[in-house]
Amino acid sequence: MRAFTRLDGLVAPMDRANVDTDLMVPKQFLKSIKRSGFGPNLFDDLRYLDEGEPGMDHTQRPLNPDFPLNFERYHGASILLTRENFGCGSSREHAAWAMEDFGFRCVIAPSFADIFCSNALKNGILPIALAADQVEALFTLLYANEGLRLTVDLASCSIQLPDGALWSFSVDAFRRDCLLKGLDDIGLTLQSAEAIRQFEQQHEARFPWLFRDITL
Amino acid sequence: MAQTLYDKLWDAHLVEQREDGTALIYIDRHLLHEVTSPQAFEGLTLAQRGLWRRSANLAVPDHNVSTLASERADGLAALPDAVSRLQLQTLDDNCAAFNVVEIPLDDIRQGIVHVMGPEQGAVLPGMTVVCGDSHTSTHGAAGALAHGIGTSEVEHVLATQCLIQRKMKNFRVEVTGQLAPGVTGKDIALAVIGRIGTAGGTGYALEFMGSAIRSLTMEGRMTLCNMAIEAGARCGLVAVDDVTLDYFRGKPLAPEGEQWEAAEQWWRTLRSDEEAVFDSTIVLDGNEIAPHVTWGTSPEMVASVHGEVPRLADMPDETAKQGLARALDYMGLTEGMPIQDIRPDAVFIGSCTNSRIEDLRDAAAVLNGKRIAPSVRKALVVPGSGLVKAQAELEGLDKIFLDAGMEWREPGCSMCLAMNADRLLPGERCASTSNRNFEGRQGSGGRTHLVSPAMAAAAAIAGHFVPVAASADGGGEEALA
Ligand code: SF4
Repeated sequence: MRAFTRLDGLVAPMDRANVDTDLMVPKQFLKSIKRSGFGPNLFDDLRYLDEGEPGMDHTQRPLNPDFPLNFERYHGASILLTRENFGCGSSREHAAWAMEDFGFRCVIAPSFADIFCSNALKNGILPIALAADQVEALFTLLYANEGLRLTVDLASCSIQLPDGALWSFSVDAFRRDCLLKGLDDIGLTLQSAEAIRQFEQQHEARFPWLFRDITL
Repeated sequence: MAQTLYDKLWDAHLVEQREDGTALIYIDRHLLHEVTSPQAFEGLTLAQRGLWRRSANLAVPDHNVSTLASERADGLAALPDAVSRLQLQTLDDNCAAFNVVEIPLDDIRQGIVHVMGPEQGAVLPGMTVVCGDSHTSTHGAAGALAHGIGTSEVEHVLATQCLIQRKMKNFRVEVTGQLAPGVTGKDIALAVIGRIGTAGGTGYALEFMGSAIRSLTMEGRMTLCNMAIEAGARCGLVAVDDVTLDYFRGKPLAPEGEQWEAAEQWWRTLRSDEEAVFDSTIVLDGNEIAPHVTWGTSPEMVASVHGEVPRLADMPDETAKQGLARALDYMGLTEGMPIQDIRPDAVFIGSCTNSRIEDLRDAAAVLNGKRIAPSVRKALVVPGSGLVKAQAELEGLDKIFLDAGMEWREPGCSMCLAMNADRLLPGERCASTSNRNFEGRQGSGGRTHLVSPAMAAAAAIAGHFVPVAASADGGGEEALA
């Protein structure tokens, strides 16, 4: 996983509540057996005027001129500003992969859906939950200022606004550590292999039926 | 100290509690399917890691399979869609390479992973169950701690048999009284989501309890827990009782003899203690729950079939107003219109929410001897598994659907997420027994109304939504008795 320490990034809006993972990556793209290449299909239904299918040359498709992410001023954005319950719905990690592939490293919203939040953190994307009035203030700032950038510093858990104001945010301590160091969860867990093995033995003694081989 | 059911399940699977608040939780059963597993197997291969415990895993293709008998007749290699075929082939290849047991596409036990799991007894009370699919919450109906995970976590479970978790909070959803005829677990789920919203359960384990829940069959409980995720909760739970035990007794992978006795002893403790403290509670009067219909693009945009679409002026704030305006525009509805004036032109009976035998019986009881309205151009019935299909055919339900003018398909996720060819066209409006009415969920531009199987069947006949009890002779459930 790519480490996340400090990000100075352009902000783009996704001004709606309950953005679901179906909207982030429509199901037809889930046929891919790869982890990469989902960026062109992020918000596919909103971004393009035609219906997207896997295997298309996405650079040739007609863009929806009314969709903010297509606006010149938001090109190159790495911070997405959005509304409550972002990432609800399906557990598809493709949504996080698409965000990352598109170039987003941070999402700011009043709240996030659980599974998306954990998928994002595992892919080097930092979800930041701020109070609703702070998010509202950022939207106002964003619409009023072309080229709005924020500086997100994970070590100090702070966001710096253009006027120098510092806002703090909180993030799960374990996840923060993993992000800062770019640590892989599996490697970490395997450091506890002995504890898992011991637990497993007791568990099997107590619930032997859980350990039957599956024969069909 | 008094514990909730969730606390008990958590404690029984706690490998390691860490100072930072995270914990390692042991996973008893891991279900896999073709869509969220390929990248996980690839990750293992790249890191040269093996499986921690092979026998904990069970795979089945379901999301991306054709539901046409003609396309499936000659097996996987003959499937016409090359991209889907590669994904299905990849599941087969990975299972073979890692020696994971897989129910193949042409096996009668193949079906939607959340239908197959309990049906085989691959899911049992007291287990921790995960799957790279958010509707894994279904299995909480068995008194199992079950939730969906992302692909990185799929890889993590394959490699370590554990998940890194933070303990959730406890949410008690009590449904008192008894449901009226024609009202089902689906309607409870929609009523709860209408009440607490799609984020209301975020961070919680939802335990459903109360007399109306105790009276639900296992299948009704599965429908209910299935939709816990639509309330934002990763998992739903129902305590173990005789209904649970009767359901699992004799299932192919359930314990037998002395082991069953031992299991039963532990399973019977799987309920919240009387004095257990919950972080949140809501109580619904089951007698008052009517059949529900979603009118918008989120499961919380829902109303009683006797109700109407909300009005912009009634919205509490600007965000809600914008959300409503967008939903009305997308759904092609006008504010304040009666739910019963909504006219679906497609019907889908299926999905892991409502494709079990009781669901098909409910729908068939309403449809028996009737024909779907001419305005309904597309009507699919997709059984949840090959075994459900066989049982339905044994009971002659397939004939009822076919005679009514509906299609009878092979098992799979089908038009629940429209990864295969079963999808809505732009603007098409569907009465669907699935679980998500998001924009484009059932096909780009498609419009979804979530309902119970009996309500979908009633709408198919009438050509618009109607209270089910008024359309079936005596109403859905009663008609079965
Ligand atoms: S039926 Fe629908 S919700 Fe259920 S597993 Fe399949 S795609 Fe997911």
